[in-house]
Amino acid sequence: MSKGKPVLTLFLTFLKIGAFTFGGGYAMIALLEEEFVGRRKWLTHEEFLDIIAIGESTPGPLAINSATFIGYRQAGFFGSLASTLGVVLPSVIIITVISLFFDRFMQFRYVQYAFEGIRACVVYLIFSAGLRMFKGLKKKPITYVIFGAVVALFISFYIFGIGFSSVICILACGCVGLFVYALTSLRKPAGLTECEPAREAGHLDPEPSQKEGGAEK
Amino acid sequence: MIYLQLFLSFLKIGAVSFGGGYGMISLVRETVVSNGWLTDTQMMDFIAVSESTPGPIAVNMATFVGFSQGGVFGAILATIGVIMPAFFIMFLIASVMRTFMKRKGVNAFLEGVRPGVVALIMSTAVTMGLSTLFGVGGEKLDINILGSVIIAVVAAVSVLYKKIRKKKISPILLIVLSAVISLCVDIIAYG
Repeated sequence: MSKGKPVLTLFLTFLKIGAFTFGGGYAMIALLEEEFVGRRKWLTHEEFLDIIAIGESTPGPLAINSATFIGYRQAGFFGSLASTLGVVLPSVIIITVISLFFDRFMQFRYVQYAFEGIRACVVYLIFSAGLRMFKGLKKKPITYVIFGAVVALFISFYIFGIGFSSVICILACGCVGLFVYALTSLRKPAGLTECEPAREAGHLDPEPSQKEGGAEK
Repeated sequence: MIYLQLFLSFLKIGAVSFGGGYGMISLVRETVVSNGWLTDTQMMDFIAVSESTPGPIAVNMATFVGFSQGGVFGAILATIGVIMPAFFIMFLIASVMRTFMKRKGVNAFLEGVRPGVVALIMSTAVTMGLSTLFGVGGEKLDINILGSVIIAVVAAVSVLYKKIRKKKISPILLIVLSAVISLCVDIIAYG
Protein backbone atom coordinates (compact mmCIF):
# COMPACT_ATOMS: atom_id res chain seq x y z
CA MET A 1 0.00 0.00 0.00
CA SER A 2 1.24 3.49 -0.74
CA LYS A 3 2.50 5.54 2.16
CA GLY A 4 0.07 8.41 1.84
CA LYS A 5 -3.05 6.31 1.90
CA PRO A 6 -3.33 5.25 5.56
CA VAL A 7 -2.63 8.84 6.62
CA LEU A 8 -5.46 10.13 4.46
CA THR A 9 -7.80 7.35 5.63
CA LEU A 10 -6.97 8.20 9.24
CA PHE A 11 -7.60 11.88 8.65
CA LEU A 12 -10.97 11.29 6.99
CA THR A 13 -12.11 8.71 9.54
CA PHE A 14 -11.32 10.97 12.47
CA LEU A 15 -12.83 13.93 10.65
CA LYS A 16 -16.07 11.97 10.48
CA ILE A 17 -15.86 11.02 14.14
CA GLY A 18 -15.15 14.63 15.14
CA ALA A 19 -18.07 15.91 13.09
CA PHE A 20 -20.70 13.47 14.27
CA THR A 21 -20.18 12.70 17.94
CA PHE A 22 -22.10 14.78 20.37
CA GLY A 23 -21.40 14.76 24.07
CA GLY A 24 -17.62 14.49 24.17
CA GLY A 25 -15.13 11.69 24.61
CA TYR A 26 -17.29 9.05 26.18
CA ALA A 27 -19.88 9.23 23.41
CA MET A 28 -16.98 8.83 20.99
CA ILE A 29 -15.86 5.48 22.43
CA ALA A 30 -18.72 3.54 20.82
CA LEU A 31 -18.09 5.12 17.44
CA LEU A 32 -14.33 4.53 17.63
CA GLU A 33 -14.85 0.88 18.47
CA GLU A 34 -17.30 0.36 15.64
CA GLU A 35 -14.90 1.98 13.19
CA PHE A 36 -11.54 0.49 14.20
CA VAL A 37 -12.40 -2.82 15.82
CA GLY A 38 -15.54 -3.71 13.88
CA ARG A 39 -15.20 -2.29 10.39
CA ARG A 40 -11.51 -1.83 9.70
CA LYS A 41 -10.13 -4.47 12.07
CA TRP A 42 -7.08 -2.30 12.81
CA LEU A 43 -7.29 -3.15 16.50
CA THR A 44 -8.45 -6.08 18.58
CA HIS A 45 -11.04 -5.56 21.28
CA GLU A 46 -8.36 -5.87 24.01
CA GLU A 47 -6.05 -3.36 22.34
CA PHE A 48 -8.96 -0.97 22.07
CA LEU A 49 -9.80 -1.29 25.77
CA ASP A 50 -6.13 -0.67 26.58
CA ILE A 51 -6.13 2.52 24.54
CA ILE A 52 -9.24 3.80 26.31
CA ALA A 53 -7.74 2.97 29.71
CA ILE A 54 -4.55 4.84 28.83
CA GLY A 55 -6.53 7.74 27.39
CA GLU A 56 -8.56 8.03 30.55
CA SER A 57 -5.46 8.11 32.73
CA THR A 58 -3.51 10.69 30.75
CA PRO A 59 -4.32 14.39 30.78
CA GLY A 60 -6.24 15.98 27.93
CA PRO A 61 -9.41 15.18 26.02
CA LEU A 62 -10.02 11.44 25.53
CA ALA A 63 -10.77 11.99 21.84
CA ILE A 64 -7.31 13.50 21.28
CA ASN A 65 -5.59 10.78 23.29
CA SER A 66 -7.18 7.97 21.31
CA ALA A 67 -6.74 9.72 17.95
CA THR A 68 -3.02 10.23 18.61
CA PHE A 69 -2.53 6.65 19.76
CA ILE A 70 -4.48 4.93 16.98
CA GLY A 71 -2.91 7.23 14.40
CA TYR A 72 0.59 6.36 15.57
CA ARG A 73 -0.18 2.63 15.53
CA GLN A 74 -1.33 2.81 11.91
CA ALA A 75 1.06 5.27 10.31
CA GLY A 76 3.63 6.67 12.75
CA PHE A 77 4.03 10.35 13.56
CA PHE A 78 2.16 11.66 10.53
CA GLY A 79 -0.65 9.24 11.24
CA SER A 80 -1.09 10.61 14.74
CA LEU A 81 -0.89 14.17 13.46
CA ALA A 82 -3.48 13.53 10.75
CA SER A 83 -5.85 11.77 13.18
CA THR A 84 -5.62 14.53 15.78
CA LEU A 85 -6.15 17.25 13.18
CA GLY A 86 -9.10 15.33 11.79
CA VAL A 87 -10.86 14.96 15.11
CA VAL A 88 -10.32 18.62 16.07
CA LEU A 89 -11.08 20.36 12.79
CA PRO A 90 -14.90 20.04 12.80
CA SER A 91 -15.07 21.44 16.34
CA VAL A 92 -12.90 24.43 15.50
CA ILE A 93 -14.89 25.25 12.37
CA ILE A 94 -18.33 24.77 13.92
CA ILE A 95 -17.56 26.72 17.11
CA THR A 96 -15.89 29.53 15.17
CA VAL A 97 -18.98 29.90 12.98
CA ILE A 98 -21.24 29.88 16.05
CA SER A 99 -18.97 32.42 17.79
CA LEU A 100 -19.36 34.83 14.88
CA PHE A 101 -23.08 35.09 15.59
CA PHE A 102 -23.22 34.23 19.27
CA ASP A 103 -23.24 37.73 20.73
CA ARG A 104 -25.94 38.93 18.36
CA PHE A 105 -27.89 35.73 18.92
CA MET A 106 -27.82 36.32 22.69
CA GLN A 107 -29.41 39.75 22.21
CA PHE A 108 -32.77 38.23 21.31
CA ARG A 109 -35.20 38.25 24.19
CA TYR A 110 -36.44 34.71 23.61
CA VAL A 111 -32.90 33.37 23.44
CA GLN A 112 -32.22 34.99 26.79
CA TYR A 113 -35.31 33.35 28.20
CA ALA A 114 -34.18 29.96 26.90
CA PHE A 115 -30.63 30.33 28.23
CA GLU A 116 -31.93 31.15 31.69
CA GLY A 117 -33.24 27.59 31.85
CA ILE A 118 -30.24 26.11 30.05
CA ARG A 119 -27.86 27.45 32.73
CA ALA A 120 -29.76 25.54 35.39
CA CYS A 121 -29.55 22.45 33.21
CA VAL A 122 -25.77 22.87 32.84
CA VAL A 123 -25.41 22.79 36.62
CA TYR A 124 -27.26 19.47 36.63
CA LEU A 125 -25.20 18.08 33.71
CA ILE A 126 -21.91 18.84 35.44
CA PHE A 127 -23.11 17.44 38.74
CA SER A 128 -24.42 14.21 37.20
CA ALA A 129 -21.19 13.74 35.22
CA GLY A 130 -19.31 14.05 38.51
CA LEU A 131 -21.69 11.62 40.19
CA ARG A 132 -21.22 9.04 37.44
CA MET A 133 -17.46 9.32 37.78
CA PHE A 134 -17.75 9.08 41.55
CA LYS A 135 -19.51 5.72 41.22
CA GLY A 136 -16.65 4.50 39.03
CA LEU A 137 -13.96 5.31 41.62
CA LYS A 138 -12.16 2.58 43.53
CA LYS A 139 -13.84 2.05 46.88
CA LYS A 140 -10.81 2.65 49.07
CA PRO A 141 -10.61 4.79 52.20
CA ILE A 142 -8.02 7.07 50.59
CA THR A 143 -10.46 7.81 47.74
CA TYR A 144 -13.04 9.13 50.17
CA VAL A 145 -10.47 11.07 52.19
CA ILE A 146 -9.13 12.87 49.10
CA PHE A 147 -12.64 13.45 47.73
CA GLY A 148 -13.92 14.88 51.00
CA ALA A 149 -10.88 17.07 51.55
CA VAL A 150 -11.02 18.58 48.07
CA VAL A 151 -14.77 19.27 48.25
CA ALA A 152 -14.39 20.89 51.68
CA LEU A 153 -11.43 23.02 50.57
CA PHE A 154 -12.99 24.08 47.27
CA ILE A 155 -16.34 25.10 48.72
CA SER A 156 -14.91 26.93 51.73
CA PHE A 157 -12.41 28.78 49.50
CA TYR A 158 -15.33 29.73 47.26
CA ILE A 159 -17.53 30.96 50.11
CA PHE A 160 -14.71 33.03 51.63
CA GLY A 161 -13.70 34.29 48.21
CA ILE A 162 -10.13 32.98 48.33
CA GLY A 163 -8.50 32.08 45.02
CA PHE A 164 -8.30 28.33 44.48
CA SER A 165 -5.86 26.64 42.15
CA SER A 166 -7.17 23.43 40.58
CA VAL A 167 -3.73 22.77 39.08
CA ILE A 168 -2.02 22.72 42.47
CA CYS A 169 -4.93 20.74 43.88
CA ILE A 170 -4.68 18.02 41.19
CA LEU A 171 -0.91 17.73 41.58
CA ALA A 172 -1.24 17.61 45.37
CA CYS A 173 -3.81 14.79 45.09
CA GLY A 174 -1.38 12.86 42.91
CA CYS A 175 1.37 13.35 45.49
CA VAL A 176 -0.94 12.09 48.23
CA GLY A 177 -1.53 9.00 46.08
CA LEU A 178 2.22 8.48 45.70
CA PHE A 179 2.80 9.05 49.41
CA VAL A 180 0.15 6.51 50.40
CA TYR A 181 1.66 4.02 47.96
CA ALA A 182 5.14 4.60 49.39
CA LEU A 183 3.83 4.12 52.93
CA THR A 184 1.98 0.88 52.16
CA SER A 185 4.87 -0.58 50.17
CA LEU A 186 7.26 0.29 53.02
CA ARG A 187 5.02 -1.36 55.57
CA LYS A 188 4.20 -4.53 53.64
CA PRO A 189 7.72 -5.95 53.13
CA ALA A 190 8.45 -5.60 56.86
CA GLY A 191 5.81 -8.22 57.56
CA LEU A 192 6.95 -10.48 54.72
CA THR A 193 10.14 -12.38 53.99
CA GLU A 194 13.66 -10.96 54.06
CA CYS A 195 14.27 -10.92 50.32
CA GLU A 196 11.22 -8.79 49.52
CA PRO A 197 12.50 -5.50 50.94
CA ALA A 198 15.85 -5.99 49.24
CA ARG A 199 14.14 -6.20 45.87
CA GLU A 200 11.99 -3.19 46.64
CA ALA A 201 14.97 -1.15 47.71
CA GLY A 202 17.12 -2.11 44.74
CA HIS A 203 14.56 -1.33 42.13
CA LEU A 204 11.00 -0.22 42.63
CA ASP A 205 9.67 -2.19 39.71
CA PRO A 206 12.28 -3.90 37.55
CA GLU A 207 9.97 -5.44 35.00
CA PRO A 208 8.65 -2.42 33.12
CA SER A 209 12.08 -0.86 32.67
CA GLN A 210 13.42 -4.01 31.11
CA LYS A 211 10.53 -4.18 28.69
CA GLU A 212 10.95 -0.55 27.92
CA GLY A 213 14.60 -1.06 27.02
CA GLY A 214 13.53 -3.73 24.57
CA ALA A 215 10.90 -1.51 23.05
CA GLU A 216 13.30 1.34 22.53
CA LYS A 217 15.71 -0.84 20.63
CA MET B 1 -0.32 39.73 24.42
CA ILE B 2 -3.71 38.04 24.62
CA TYR B 3 -2.62 35.40 22.11
CA LEU B 4 0.30 34.21 24.20
CA GLN B 5 -1.87 34.31 27.31
CA LEU B 6 -4.57 32.21 25.65
CA PHE B 7 -2.06 29.69 24.38
CA LEU B 8 -0.25 29.31 27.69
CA SER B 9 -3.45 29.16 29.76
CA PHE B 10 -4.90 26.40 27.64
CA LEU B 11 -1.56 24.60 27.47
CA LYS B 12 -1.62 24.48 31.26
CA ILE B 13 -5.25 23.33 31.26
CA GLY B 14 -4.49 20.62 28.70
CA ALA B 15 -1.55 19.36 30.73
CA VAL B 16 -3.45 18.77 33.97
CA SER B 17 -7.03 18.09 32.87
CA PHE B 18 -7.63 14.48 33.81
CA GLY B 19 -11.08 13.02 33.27
CA GLY B 20 -12.09 14.52 29.93
CA GLY B 21 -14.17 17.60 29.16
CA TYR B 22 -15.86 17.86 32.54
CA GLY B 23 -12.52 17.38 34.27
CA MET B 24 -11.30 20.66 32.84
CA ILE B 25 -14.36 22.75 33.69
CA SER B 26 -13.03 23.92 37.05
CA LEU B 27 -9.68 24.78 35.42
CA VAL B 28 -11.27 26.72 32.58
CA ARG B 29 -13.61 28.51 34.96
CA GLU B 30 -10.71 29.62 37.16
CA THR B 31 -8.72 30.83 34.16
CA VAL B 32 -11.50 32.80 32.47
CA VAL B 33 -12.85 34.34 35.66
CA SER B 34 -9.48 35.31 37.13
CA ASN B 35 -8.36 36.89 33.83
CA GLY B 36 -11.68 38.72 33.59
CA TRP B 37 -12.36 37.10 30.21
CA LEU B 38 -15.82 35.76 31.00
CA THR B 39 -18.38 35.81 33.79
CA ASP B 40 -19.73 32.63 35.35
CA THR B 41 -22.96 33.13 33.40
CA GLN B 42 -21.20 33.39 30.03
CA MET B 43 -19.11 30.37 30.96
CA MET B 44 -22.28 28.33 31.52
CA ASP B 45 -23.67 29.45 28.15
CA PHE B 46 -20.42 28.30 26.55
CA ILE B 47 -20.62 24.92 28.30
CA ALA B 48 -24.18 24.47 27.04
CA VAL B 49 -23.16 25.24 23.46
CA SER B 50 -20.05 23.03 23.69
CA GLU B 51 -22.19 20.19 24.96
CA SER B 52 -24.75 20.58 22.15
CA THR B 53 -22.29 20.77 19.24
CA PRO B 54 -20.32 17.80 17.89
CA GLY B 55 -16.73 17.13 18.91
CA PRO B 56 -14.83 16.90 22.20
CA ILE B 57 -16.17 19.33 24.84
CA ALA B 58 -12.63 20.36 25.79
CA VAL B 59 -11.82 21.41 22.23
CA ASN B 60 -15.16 23.19 21.83
CA MET B 61 -14.59 25.14 25.07
CA ALA B 62 -11.05 26.12 24.07
CA THR B 63 -12.16 27.32 20.63
CA PHE B 64 -15.08 29.22 22.16
CA VAL B 65 -13.06 31.00 24.84
CA GLY B 66 -10.20 31.61 22.40
CA PHE B 67 -12.52 33.18 19.84
CA SER B 68 -14.24 35.38 22.39
CA GLN B 69 -10.89 36.86 23.45
CA GLY B 70 -8.80 36.81 20.28
CA GLY B 71 -10.94 36.07 17.22
CA VAL B 72 -10.09 33.24 14.84
CA PHE B 73 -6.39 33.36 15.68
CA GLY B 74 -7.16 33.22 19.39
CA ALA B 75 -9.47 30.25 18.81
CA ILE B 76 -6.76 28.35 16.95
CA LEU B 77 -4.07 29.11 19.54
CA ALA B 78 -6.26 28.10 22.49
CA THR B 79 -7.20 24.87 20.73
CA ILE B 80 -3.59 24.02 19.89
CA GLY B 81 -2.70 24.76 23.51
CA VAL B 82 -5.32 22.43 24.93
CA ILE B 83 -4.50 19.49 22.62
CA MET B 84 -0.70 19.75 22.59
CA PRO B 85 0.00 18.07 25.96
CA ALA B 86 -2.40 15.20 25.18
CA PHE B 87 -0.81 14.79 21.76
CA PHE B 88 2.77 14.66 22.97
CA ILE B 89 2.07 12.50 25.99
CA MET B 90 0.16 9.95 23.90
CA PHE B 91 2.81 10.11 21.20
CA LEU B 92 5.53 9.28 23.74
CA ILE B 93 3.45 6.46 25.22
CA ALA B 94 2.66 5.01 21.80
CA SER B 95 6.26 5.22 20.60
CA VAL B 96 8.94 4.92 23.27
CA MET B 97 7.28 4.57 26.67
CA ARG B 98 4.87 1.73 26.02
CA THR B 99 4.99 0.38 29.55
CA PHE B 100 4.98 3.76 31.26
CA MET B 101 1.33 3.49 32.25
CA LYS B 102 1.96 0.12 33.92
CA ARG B 103 4.43 1.57 36.41
CA LYS B 104 3.27 1.39 39.99
CA GLY B 105 4.24 4.98 40.71
CA VAL B 106 2.13 6.27 37.82
CA ASN B 107 -0.80 4.22 39.05
CA ALA B 108 -0.40 5.47 42.60
CA PHE B 109 -0.31 9.08 41.36
CA LEU B 110 -3.48 8.55 39.33
CA GLU B 111 -5.24 6.90 42.21
CA GLY B 112 -4.79 10.13 44.12
CA VAL B 113 -5.70 12.32 41.16
CA ARG B 114 -8.99 10.59 40.24
CA PRO B 115 -11.01 11.31 43.40
CA GLY B 116 -9.56 14.83 43.40
CA VAL B 117 -10.82 15.49 39.87
CA VAL B 118 -14.27 14.08 40.64
CA ALA B 119 -14.37 16.30 43.73
CA LEU B 120 -13.45 19.34 41.61
CA ILE B 121 -16.21 18.58 39.10
CA MET B 122 -18.87 18.16 41.76
CA SER B 123 -17.77 21.21 43.76
CA THR B 124 -17.81 23.27 40.58
CA ALA B 125 -21.39 22.15 39.96
CA VAL B 126 -22.34 22.99 43.55
CA THR B 127 -20.77 26.47 43.49
CA MET B 128 -22.22 27.20 40.04
CA GLY B 129 -25.58 26.06 41.37
CA LEU B 130 -25.24 28.33 44.41
CA SER B 131 -24.42 31.31 42.23
CA THR B 132 -27.22 30.75 39.68
CA LEU B 133 -29.91 29.59 42.07
CA PHE B 134 -29.28 31.73 45.13
CA GLY B 135 -26.94 34.44 43.96
CA VAL B 136 -24.40 33.38 46.62
CA GLY B 137 -20.99 34.85 45.90
CA GLY B 138 -22.66 37.88 44.32
CA GLU B 139 -23.84 40.96 46.17
CA LYS B 140 -27.47 40.01 46.78
CA LEU B 141 -29.24 36.87 47.84
CA ASP B 142 -32.30 36.08 45.76
CA ILE B 143 -33.74 32.69 45.01
CA ASN B 144 -34.16 31.67 41.40
CA ILE B 145 -37.36 29.63 41.56
CA LEU B 146 -37.48 28.84 37.84
CA GLY B 147 -33.91 27.52 37.91
CA SER B 148 -34.60 25.30 40.91
CA VAL B 149 -37.73 23.89 39.29
CA ILE B 150 -35.83 23.19 36.06
CA ILE B 151 -33.06 21.33 37.89
CA ALA B 152 -35.67 19.23 39.68
CA VAL B 153 -37.54 18.46 36.43
CA VAL B 154 -34.36 17.65 34.52
CA ALA B 155 -33.13 15.37 37.31
CA ALA B 156 -36.48 13.57 37.49
CA VAL B 157 -36.68 13.13 33.72
CA SER B 158 -33.18 11.72 33.42
CA VAL B 159 -33.68 9.30 36.33
CA LEU B 160 -37.00 8.11 34.87
CA TYR B 161 -35.49 7.77 31.39
CA LYS B 162 -32.72 5.60 32.75
CA LYS B 163 -35.21 3.42 34.62
CA ILE B 164 -37.41 2.91 31.57
CA ARG B 165 -35.01 2.89 28.62
CA LYS B 166 -32.02 1.45 30.53
CA LYS B 167 -29.62 3.99 29.08
CA LYS B 168 -28.40 7.50 29.73
CA ILE B 169 -30.49 10.33 28.33
CA SER B 170 -28.76 12.61 25.83
CA PRO B 171 -27.58 15.89 27.42
CA ILE B 172 -28.86 17.72 24.34
CA LEU B 173 -32.40 16.52 25.07
CA LEU B 174 -32.11 17.84 28.62
CA ILE B 175 -30.80 21.18 27.37
CA VAL B 176 -33.68 21.49 24.89
CA LEU B 177 -36.20 20.52 27.58
CA SER B 178 -34.94 23.15 30.00
CA ALA B 179 -34.84 25.78 27.25
CA VAL B 180 -38.47 25.07 26.34
CA ILE B 181 -39.63 25.21 29.98
CA SER B 182 -37.96 28.52 30.73
CA LEU B 183 -39.03 29.98 27.40
CA CYS B 184 -42.69 29.14 28.11
CA VAL B 185 -42.58 30.36 31.70
CA ASP B 186 -40.84 33.63 30.79
CA ILE B 187 -43.18 34.33 27.88
CA ILE B 188 -46.18 33.83 30.15
CA ALA B 189 -44.61 35.97 32.88
CA TYR B 190 -43.03 38.83 30.87
CA GLY B 191 -44.45 38.45 27.37
